[in-house]
Amino acid sequence: MLVLHQFRYDQKAFWRNPASVFFTVMFPVVLLLIFGAVFNNQTVEAGGGVQTTTYYVPAIITLSVISATMQSLAMSLVIAREDGRLKRGRSTPMPAWVFIAGRIGNSIVVSLIMLALIAAIGRIVFSVPFPWGNLPWLLVTLAIGAAAFCCLGIALTAAIPSQDAAAPIVNALLLPLYFLSGIFIPDDELPSGVIGFANHFPVRDFFQAFFDVYVPGGSGSPDWGDLAVVAIWGVAGLLLAIRFFRWTPRGD
Amino acid sequence: MPESAISIKGLRKSYGDNEAVRGIDLEVDAGEVFAFLGPNGAGKTTTVEILEGYRKRDGGEVTVLGEDPERPDRALRERVGVVLQSCRLDRYLTARESLELYAGYYESPRSVDEVIELVGLGDKADQRTGKLSGGQQRRLDVGLALVGDPELLFLDEPTTGFDPSARRQAWDVIAGLRDLGKTVFLTTHYMDEAQRLADRVAIISHGQIVARGTPEDLGDRDSQPSVITYRGADGEVTLTTPDPVATLHELTGRALADGTPLEGLEVKRPSLEDVYLELTEQGEPVAVEAGGEEEPA
Repeated sequence: MLVLHQFRYDQKAFWRNPASVFFTVMFPVVLLLIFGAVFNNQTVEAGGGVQTTTYYVPAIITLSVISATMQSLAMSLVIAREDGRLKRGRSTPMPAWVFIAGRIGNSIVVSLIMLALIAAIGRIVFSVPFPWGNLPWLLVTLAIGAAAFCCLGIALTAAIPSQDAAAPIVNALLLPLYFLSGIFIPDDELPSGVIGFANHFPVRDFFQAFFDVYVPGGSGSPDWGDLAVVAIWGVAGLLLAIRFFRWTPRGD
Repeated sequence: MPESAISIKGLRKSYGDNEAVRGIDLEVDAGEVFAFLGPNGAGKTTTVEILEGYRKRDGGEVTVLGEDPERPDRALRERVGVVLQSCRLDRYLTARESLELYAGYYESPRSVDEVIELVGLGDKADQRTGKLSGGQQRRLDVGLALVGDPELLFLDEPTTGFDPSARRQAWDVIAGLRDLGKTVFLTTHYMDEAQRLADRVAIISHGQIVARGTPEDLGDRDSQPSVITYRGADGEVTLTTPDPVATLHELTGRALADGTPLEGLEVKRPSLEDVYLELTEQGEPVAVEAGGEEEPA
């Protein structure tokens, strides 16, 4: 119940924060509309040959989930830590995990909202069908990805020294991976060496798994190898987070 | 006989080679406002953060409300409120929402409306905290510490950097805590703040307690020499005397007899500020010259 209480206020703060609404909600929507408009009526070889718009809907959902989890958590936790709010919260009877759980809950709810929003835009604007028959696998894939990227976001806070450094560090990690993993550029345009390199990182593997469950021509169930890579990264993130997460501001 | 809210015996804490706290003893009674006074870097925050459970001590015995603060359990957290030296609140929540959030952490919180009144934010309750002034944010911070209805509050430099009117408003709030029967442990480097708010004061300098007492008798102010100044025929005269009554009697007697006025005659006891500066700058009380030697300026 305490988690729910914390979560309610995290939701309020999230939706009132223009930066989080822009980067987590508006930015993916704008990206989908631009990519869809620019590359409309082209095809991509992925998944046995699909419309470019069909390719971009799961790609942008992947980006949205990573943004709502890893990016949003890393930034908001660093800000709360450097403000002294994490430290202050520890002087109350609220157990420390409740604070983190509230933020994770926030990330998961925003991820689900983004799934619905991007899928709806894809369906309405670009006629990309939603895979209703595959919903259970889709949610499993989403859950594993969201959990892994939450852990990575929490772990990443340990490497971010200040509030000002949060956005540059997160973007410096994620933007190149979005390019190399076929999120921004369809993967049939990328050299196989690049894809081979990106396969070691969870952005590519999460995208692959999600693409497989979203696109009709795909295999229907996710590739367990892809999900395993995502999960291994997630567990590594969890262990690093447990070891290195700090509650107090820099220099304390 | 009031029980001790805080008891400290032989507390020590070092950071590397730097001995921040060098064996201090303190007792804080339940229901009193205790000011822990000292310049920046004297060891105030280290001490208060040990009491709050944020830091581990190297040596000594410490109890807070009868428990060891090093491993604070939930029950102790229910009974203690903390205002950190610096903390920014969630700028996207209103003052009221911030208080509601914190109230939810406690088993039997005070009413949020009542706390809003106590910290004087009645007309700002529905403003986002990002729009409050520094002084208002600080009072809200005190409100967050108060909303769990604790027995003991720690306030670490609650008015540092405030303008005079914001300080006065914060003082009113802190004085109100005493009326609620709370024990307050306050750190400050402002003399007038301690004088205004505290029942008892301890002064820390270089990790050691250099004076303690009520604001009135601190540093044996009563028994310290007074300074008498006047303008004589040869210019400004300053006398330092442990017995101002006798010295004045002699002085005025002579003046009347000689028919020479003692222009600008003044008798000064050392102010609390003087005592404080002496204690903290030198690290130990300075022997003030006693006797009635004349020192023409």
